[in-house]
Amino acid sequence: MPSMNLSKNSVRELNQLLHDQAGELTEPEWDIYESGGQHNVACGLNQQLNVNIHDHVGYFCAGMNQHANITVHGNAGPGVAENMMSGLVRIKGDASSAAGATAHGGLLVIEGNTGARCGISLKGSDIVVQGNVGHMSCFMAQAGTLVVCGDAGEALGDSLYETVIFVKGEVKSLGADCVEKPVRPEHISQLKNLLNRAGVDEDPSAFKRYGSARELYNFKIDNAY
Amino acid sequence: MCGIVGLYLKNKSLESQIGQMFAPMLAAMTGRGPDSAGFAIYGDEVPQGSIKLTLRHDDRSYDWAALAQRTQEQLNVKVEFVQNDLAAVFKITTDAKKATQYFTSQAPEVLILSAGRSIEILKAVGLPQQICDDFNLQAMQGSHIIGHTRMATESAVTLEGSHPFSTGQDLCLVHNGSFSNHNRLRLELERKGYAMKTENDTEVAAGYLTWRMDEGDSLDESLHHAIKDLDGFYTLAIGTRDGFAVIRDPIACKPALLAETDDYVAIASEYQALTTLPGIDKARIWEPEPATIYSWQRESH
Repeated sequence: MPSMNLSKNSVRELNQLLHDQAGELTEPEWDIYESGGQHNVACGLNQQLNVNIHDHVGYFCAGMNQHANITVHGNAGPGVAENMMSGLVRIKGDASSAAGATAHGGLLVIEGNTGARCGISLKGSDIVVQGNVGHMSCFMAQAGTLVVCGDAGEALGDSLYETVIFVKGEVKSLGADCVEKPVRPEHISQLKNLLNRAGVDEDPSAFKRYGSARELYNFKIDNAY
Repeated sequence: MCGIVGLYLKNKSLESQIGQMFAPMLAAMTGRGPDSAGFAIYGDEVPQGSIKLTLRHDDRSYDWAALAQRTQEQLNVKVEFVQNDLAAVFKITTDAKKATQYFTSQAPEVLILSAGRSIEILKAVGLPQQICDDFNLQAMQGSHIIGHTRMATESAVTLEGSHPFSTGQDLCLVHNGSFSNHNRLRLELERKGYAMKTENDTEVAAGYLTWRMDEGDSLDESLHHAIKDLDGFYTLAIGTRDGFAVIRDPIACKPALLAETDDYVAIASEYQALTTLPGIDKARIWEPEPATIYSWQRESH
């Protein structure tokens, strides 16, 4: 099982070795040590790898991920799993701002809290946060799901499109055009399934559901060209 | 982009090691700010009634001893000085106003970087590691220190535009971000009698805090006012003679991390700058909330 210490080898060397697995999978299990908050660790993977990072990481960790299962046993900086296409990214600690930004697919699980703008411009991924999310989370989010087991900061779901948000705790305020919506049995089952996939033990019936009221300018057919 | 770092010691027995603990933090932020760097260190306090000035002259062979001698004779005071690279720290048995007026009028060739009983500001254009080495930061002692690595946006890459900025006694500021209402604020402050030395936006923020504290605000009160009156995006670290504070703008555009142990509080733009601190693996690490004041104050002495 390959392992790499990022105080001795560069992030570029590591990422190249991980990218080399994209053609033929010969080494599925990877352990990374002493990343020390460095940026761009395990970005652009495109193979069913299991990558365990046993330290904190900086900006954009696991960005653009496809197929890989990446676990950070520490905290992550801004933009973790940004633009993820598929696979699973799990952060055992906290994540900074813009976690899962613009992500198209796959599942991002954050066991701690996230900073501002979690799931900004989300395009189809599912994000499960066991703690709280900061302000302006899911700003302009277009598809996918955000589940927050703790509290949400100000202006949740501002200018939302089709993303659905579930929050168990308090919502400080809703953003423009974001409203609470009824929770029907199909939503409970959707949430139950997602919590199961994330390995999070929460009662799905304890959550409220939020989505777009579709009242903003761009939702009016008269404004279409 | 810029990098900010700060270290505030809770455990006094570490004061002899502050430079050694802090230099790697500053160097770790080179990627965020390779244009210039600087730091403000608090320590080696002069007694009440005396003042400490950090002065600078571009000429390495500038005769600081002659300036000290002249100052002693003309102001009829006692002067001690220590030269450090292109800077010199003058300890003078007079008040700040008399001392700064004297150097402004009688030694206009030297630049005053700071004035106060405790503060010393050292900064230069160049890479952070070079600046740490030139000023021998590793060997410095003190109670708290804040530093900055600059990637210039709002004004030119010059010594004058590098951080930390100080406009009042023992007060200094480092900034990651940019202010959008600094021109208007500069005019208002100038009308109130607070002269700015540069075109830099951060200096205006330092001037603003100086004005608020002159009006009687505590550090925390001045920062409450700052959140209302400063428009733009910023993470700020502020040092006073006995305090240390951190604030972020209400949108939290710019990154910041705080780490606290029984021995110290540290701030950095990125975790990379904290990895070399002793006991960081056991520290409480968190991201400061937007528009929230975090401050630590030493007992007055």
